[in-house]
Amino acid sequence: MFRSAIRVAKPLSRACPLGVTRAFASSRYVRSENAPPTSLDTFTDEEQMLREAVQRFATEVVGPKVREMDENENMDPAIIKGLFEQGLMGIETSADHGGAESSFTSAIIAIEELAKIDPSVSVLCDVHNTLVNTVLRKYGNKEQQDKWLPQLAESKLGSFCLSETGSGSDAFALQTRATKDGNDWIINGSKMWITNSYEAEIFLIFANIDPSAGYKGITCFIATKDMGIQIAKKEQKLGIRASSTCTLNFDDLKIPAENVIGGEGKGYKIAIEILNEGRIGIAAQMLGLAQGAFDKAVPYTYQRKQFGQPVGTFQGMAFQIAQAAIEIESARLLTYNAARRKEQGLSFTKEAAMAKYWSSVVAQKVSGSAIEWAGGVGFTRETGIEKYWRDSKIGAIYEGTSNIQLQTIAKFVQKEYS
Amino acid sequence: MRPSAARLLNILVPVKRAVDYAVKIRVNPQQTGIDTNVKHSMNPFDEIAVEEAVRLRERLKDQIKSIKAVTIGPPKSIDTLRTALAMGADSAIHVEMPESAPAPEPLAVAKALRAIIEKQEGGVDLVILGKQAIDDDLGLTGQMLAGLLNWPQATFASKVDIDVAKKEATVVREIDGGGEEIRCHLPLIITTDLRLNEPRYASLPNIMKAKKKPIEKLSASDLGVDLSPILETLKVSEPPKRVGGGKVESVDELIAKLKDAGITAV
Repeated sequence: MFRSAIRVAKPLSRACPLGVTRAFASSRYVRSENAPPTSLDTFTDEEQMLREAVQRFATEVVGPKVREMDENENMDPAIIKGLFEQGLMGIETSADHGGAESSFTSAIIAIEELAKIDPSVSVLCDVHNTLVNTVLRKYGNKEQQDKWLPQLAESKLGSFCLSETGSGSDAFALQTRATKDGNDWIINGSKMWITNSYEAEIFLIFANIDPSAGYKGITCFIATKDMGIQIAKKEQKLGIRASSTCTLNFDDLKIPAENVIGGEGKGYKIAIEILNEGRIGIAAQMLGLAQGAFDKAVPYTYQRKQFGQPVGTFQGMAFQIAQAAIEIESARLLTYNAARRKEQGLSFTKEAAMAKYWSSVVAQKVSGSAIEWAGGVGFTRETGIEKYWRDSKIGAIYEGTSNIQLQTIAKFVQKEYS
Repeated sequence: MRPSAARLLNILVPVKRAVDYAVKIRVNPQQTGIDTNVKHSMNPFDEIAVEEAVRLRERLKDQIKSIKAVTIGPPKSIDTLRTALAMGADSAIHVEMPESAPAPEPLAVAKALRAIIEKQEGGVDLVILGKQAIDDDLGLTGQMLAGLLNWPQATFASKVDIDVAKKEATVVREIDGGGEEIRCHLPLIITTDLRLNEPRYASLPNIMKAKKKPIEKLSASDLGVDLSPILETLKVSEPPKRVGGGKVESVDELIAKLKDAGITAV
């Protein structure tokens, strides 16, 4: 029976922080018997400091460029460089591999804070940390970790290539093939809807080495761009326009056998498990988006006066604002609780699905309301409020559509209750 | 020629937990001060001070022996020390005051800093402070400390160069007319002005490294200093609200209005 790991916010505590000891690089927590369980919004000092540091970076470095990047549909390389310099691209990676050796929740915090300013930058950081880095940390052998993790922590952006034209939700219907040729694998096929692909140098590619085995042939390969990956069409999107979403083509792409991650035929398992965690990352992105829209629009309503009073103080508006605040808080608690459950080693699939689903719903609602609260000013692109609404739509689509999340949750409920 | 056995420099950086620069300052209902139930962070000029110390180390490398941050305040002030450690300070001192105690005044702070400096093994060669705190805007502590220690002071610094071998510093100070360059002996008090540098963000790996850096706890009595106030604030009030101006259509109208307002120079 799992005893809950306990975390107490004690600003003066320099000795033993409290929590759970973990097998691989994560926060160093130690289980304590006597400290009481804490609220879902309790964070360690380091997590708090990280939040403030990312907040400043996001506001001062990312903030001024948001509109330009969105209008140009282009991620500024200086921002990617800044993320690496701040140590935000190897958050959970161990210090030996050049990472910050922090908790999963720290990554979630960074993703949320970035999303408050720009959800495009946030998803870049999210995919790199929760998908690419984590695959290597969990499934890579020692040689692969020693080789790839430092590069990913220091300067090379990663991309996760699973979806194809004919396989999105039905991920395992993927058609990309890998055939053995001596000591190499030759990959042929194409991927679609791949985030970070335009700027990435390291790619995790899922291909089937044995179609007759069905999904059990799916294998995860790691490749670099210079091996011959062709970046084709860059999508023009409704939202998160600065985040690159491209089609990739593999034409006899040759990958050495040592670049198979986790073993042949293990790709489906890797994909399922990793997307589980990635879900919490997207939940954090959507949460940050909702909070960012709220933070932009609400102060304006207390300044904009009509009929002699700030519009935010009219009861109708006040009630709407209160409801949005409730929704954001609920998304926040779902997201951080899922993150903590994962850290504790508790099952978190259902909670992650709930967090991702709900955060994307809240993001849409709150960002939509934010536009209406700001009136005409909310509708024009200049203030950046409408951008949140456009960005929010993807939350219901990628890393598991909302219907898939509901299906996952329904299965859990069915299992419990029947 | 090899540098003489010049002593390696010990730098002390006092930092203050002040009201965050983005907060809208409000006078408290009792009109005795400002509402302090708001977000606090390290005083921006103190961040510049920490940054300058770290940059000196980057330039002078091994010649900087230690960078120590110190703060005087309630338990929460330890966050500012953590930030300083994450920016690159090696260790820190927290002179802890009870939560309910009133904030110490510059003279008390200067006396406490003097006591700390006198306790430091190996001495202190450079004290870098922010020129003023943004919540009280007093701008006194650095100068008072220099007076108490009888050390030279270079205030409102916008550029600092240190010659360790000669134990000298060249500082450009911001003054009303422009910049003033002075040469000072060490040990020296420097107070930072805005244009000295732009502080770095504490990156995540540095935040994690800061966890392991030592923070020494001291109390006022350890230092033999009385931190209680000697000044009594009678009243704090907001400036009168600005009344709207008016638009004028021509220069003649402007001059007429200025004359009406009693400005006789026109």
